[in-house]
Amino acid sequence: MGNLGVLERLLMDVLWDSGQALPANELRDRLLTPAAVAASRKPLATTTVLTVLSRLETKGFVTRDRGSRPHLYRAVRTRAEHTAELMHEVLGSAPDRQAALARFIGNVTPQEAESLRLLLSPAAGE
Amino acid sequence: MPATALALGALALALAWPLPILLSRARWPARSPGLALVLWQSIALAGGLSMIGALFAYGLLGFGTNALAGIRSLSVHAGSGAVPAGVTFGQVLALAAAFLLAGHLLLNLAATFLRARVQLRRHRHLVALLSEPSADRPGTRVIDHEAPVAYCLPGATTSATVLSRGLISLLEADQLRAVVAHERAHLLQRHHVVLLAFRSWRSALPWFPIATRAETAVGLLVEMLADDEARRQVDDRTLAMAIALVGSAHGPVTGAGDTGAADTGAGETGPQGTDATTFAGPDHPFDLLTPRLRRLVVATPRLRGHQGFAVLAASAGLLALPTVLLLA
Repeated sequence: MGNLGVLERLLMDVLWDSGQALPANELRDRLLTPAAVAASRKPLATTTVLTVLSRLETKGFVTRDRGSRPHLYRAVRTRAEHTAELMHEVLGSAPDRQAALARFIGNVTPQEAESLRLLLSPAAGE
Repeated sequence: MPATALALGALALALAWPLPILLSRARWPARSPGLALVLWQSIALAGGLSMIGALFAYGLLGFGTNALAGIRSLSVHAGSGAVPAGVTFGQVLALAAAFLLAGHLLLNLAATFLRARVQLRRHRHLVALLSEPSADRPGTRVIDHEAPVAYCLPGATTSATVLSRGLISLLEADQLRAVVAHERAHLLQRHHVVLLAFRSWRSALPWFPIATRAETAVGLLVEMLADDEARRQVDDRTLAMAIALVGSAHGPVTGAGDTGAADTGAGETGPQGTDATTFAGPDHPFDLLTPRLRRLVVATPRLRGHQGFAVLAASAGLLALPTVLLLA
């Protein structure tokens, strides 16, 4: 499972970096980096790549163009868009956020900013 | 029986208004946040139970002379579909309201937890693709973003602490260690469960301002508990500086505030013996940082043994009271 997770991340990196739709065997060739080889522990087969692709498709990160043969795979959104989505959730600016992500520091109110200023100013306590 | 309904109603009122207000204004929770957290949970649970219980007890008046007989008679009549003679319209309404309120609160709780689970799963997928496991900190992932954030991602099997590149470059090694210990404490003590329960309470009763106050207070207590775990690893000043640096980098939410204080290189010198007056004065109800910082800067001894015992006894008593009143 952990290895599949690593492969998912590396495969998304390939798709994001290329910015185009690619067939599975092309993706396999581009994945032959040392990190991916270490993660799969054996020669990376196209079937493994297909497994990883279908997992990513289920999660909504990859779409498949079934009109062409072989099928072409493409990232649904860019890396920057996904990062923005993630940070929206973390920073609490996403609407209807039920999942309580306990952040180290939440959004800072003006009163809080004043306390912080007092604590950080070198003159404090003199 | 009428006395039971009245007593439960009075208890519900006390738990809905004066008691939570008193507790949210009290200073002692900062001394023993764990005990205060127990008391808040007890108030919320007992409040819900007594509200439902008051309606239920009033509705049962027409069905029997005591609660047990009433419940037995109610289930018999509910089965046959007829209402016994002597039951008033108001009592039927009260019974319906009791069941509706109980169902509403329970369904809302379930919906909140389900929605959180779906959102967390999506978030975990995103984190898995966008972050890398930290080489020198197990259970920690690093996301490539300049905003200094740290948070924890609870999961049934794989919990993770997520740090941003911005946070790692902002803090020194000791301060970073404090942040990681703080987040790990959230995960180990399963704070997200308590937070979700109070969030569900608030969303079930949107017209009830005390629920918002309770959620805020509980959020603060949970941060204090995590701070206490971090203090086992680093000294108080280091943790305070980590909080101050990250907080200043976020800046006030109301636009063009003065966050220049973060650039004074204070991380190097730090405050020298900041005196208590820095954090004197009443707290703003939604100020979650000042009380946290105060207990790091000004000595705050824990509650003494008998005081702590009193808080626990009060919590247990409150929790048992609605049931005892209903069955007495």
